[in-house]
Amino acid sequence: MNLVRFYLDNSREVVGLVGQHLLLVLMSTAIAVAIGVPLGILLTRRPVWRGPVLGLANLFQTIPSLALFGFLIPLPFLGGIGARTAIVALVVYALLPIVRNTYVGISGIDPAVREAARGMGMTDGELLRLVELPLAAGVILAGIRVATVVGVGTATIAAAIGAGGLGVYIFRGVAVVDNTLILAGAVPAALLALGADGLLGILERRFVWR
Amino acid sequence: MTATVVELRGVSCRLGTAPPRVIVHDVSFAVAPGETLVLLGRSGSGKTTTLKLINRLIDPSAGEVVVGGRPTGAVPPFRLRRGIGYVIQEVGLLPHLTVAENIGLVPRLEGWANQRIDARVQELLNLVGLAPERFAQRRPHELSGGQRQRVGVARALAVDPPLLLLDEPFGALDPITRAELQREFKGLSARLGKAMVFVTHDVREGLLLGNRIGMMQDGRLVFLGTPEEFRRSPHPEVRAFLEAAA
Repeated sequence: MNLVRFYLDNSREVVGLVGQHLLLVLMSTAIAVAIGVPLGILLTRRPVWRGPVLGLANLFQTIPSLALFGFLIPLPFLGGIGARTAIVALVVYALLPIVRNTYVGISGIDPAVREAARGMGMTDGELLRLVELPLAAGVILAGIRVATVVGVGTATIAAAIGAGGLGVYIFRGVAVVDNTLILAGAVPAALLALGADGLLGILERRFVWR
Repeated sequence: MTATVVELRGVSCRLGTAPPRVIVHDVSFAVAPGETLVLLGRSGSGKTTTLKLINRLIDPSAGEVVVGGRPTGAVPPFRLRRGIGYVIQEVGLLPHLTVAENIGLVPRLEGWANQRIDARVQELLNLVGLAPERFAQRRPHELSGGQRQRVGVARALAVDPPLLLLDEPFGALDPITRAELQREFKGLSARLGKAMVFVTHDVREGLLLGNRIGMMQDGRLVFLGTPEEFRRSPHPEVRAFLEAAA
């Protein structure tokens, strides 16, 4: 097996690239959660913003990823060459599923449950913390799961702007027409995506209340 | 003045705009400690709205609601509601919390110590006839309809409020469980001495549980009196209800 030989010969580099890849995805997903969940909650409180905000997030989603990386390079502060730019782009992609699922998860709660909670004397903050977020957690996690899996795939393209990650092997392999090299990047990326999907799926099922 | 726990003075409620719909029109009544007032009426007669006007889930557009001697508008809504037990059909329990957590929720919001909450939960489960060791750690979906409703009553009693509002609490139960809970509830209400407003469309339930019956029709309180007076009333809506149940 060429692939096994390749990994044995380049083990240190492989571990480094996997680490870079994970870091890109973890950082970008964490930032997207930090922005997206509060934004989704805000939309449930201000429904008139729903159309514009989800529309914009949708629009970002349609920009081809390679083009988005390219657009970001000349921007001051956010852009340039390297991991920071890649993370900005990955956050932009991760935002839609997280915002949308937060909004859908909370607004999908039985209005009678919400009214019962209010009737017991919960303040808005208590309602959110003790009722809405726990009940919507499964749906919100499903959004985070989609964002993470897509992020693992998209992060391979980040190598094009010098952000490192497993895309380095893929681009190198394409350039020199070497399938082993392409697989060296693609196989672990696919495994990472499957692993993230499985782990977050287990977490998600803990929040099924019936 | 302080003899009444809750009093409505000429309360009206309009909802919506152009044209606003009158849901409740000029309703007045008072409920004393130990008394159960049953609000009876068809669907859409305004009885549930009247209940929600008391705990301000809906605000009145005219008139005044006084709870414990204070107009409801003068108290923050969450403060008002924690002093009023509220029982609704089926869905009132939070599905992600255990029975014990559901019952202990308002005490927890009120900042009670854990030990005191645990003791209160045990006491209440026993009061409503559920063995604490069997039921405390279950979630609502693991209970029968009747058990859920018992938990709902226990939860409403948690901080020992002087007033209970009950919105068709036995509405979704099978007839046998329903009769059983009605009997127990009657005994419980006699012992507890709370003021209660009980909404139902079941005239037999109303006559069994109410010290007084209020008949609602198209947002108006068209009759208010004891069950005996109710049976003798010539009002056509009262007659219609009595005949339907005969």
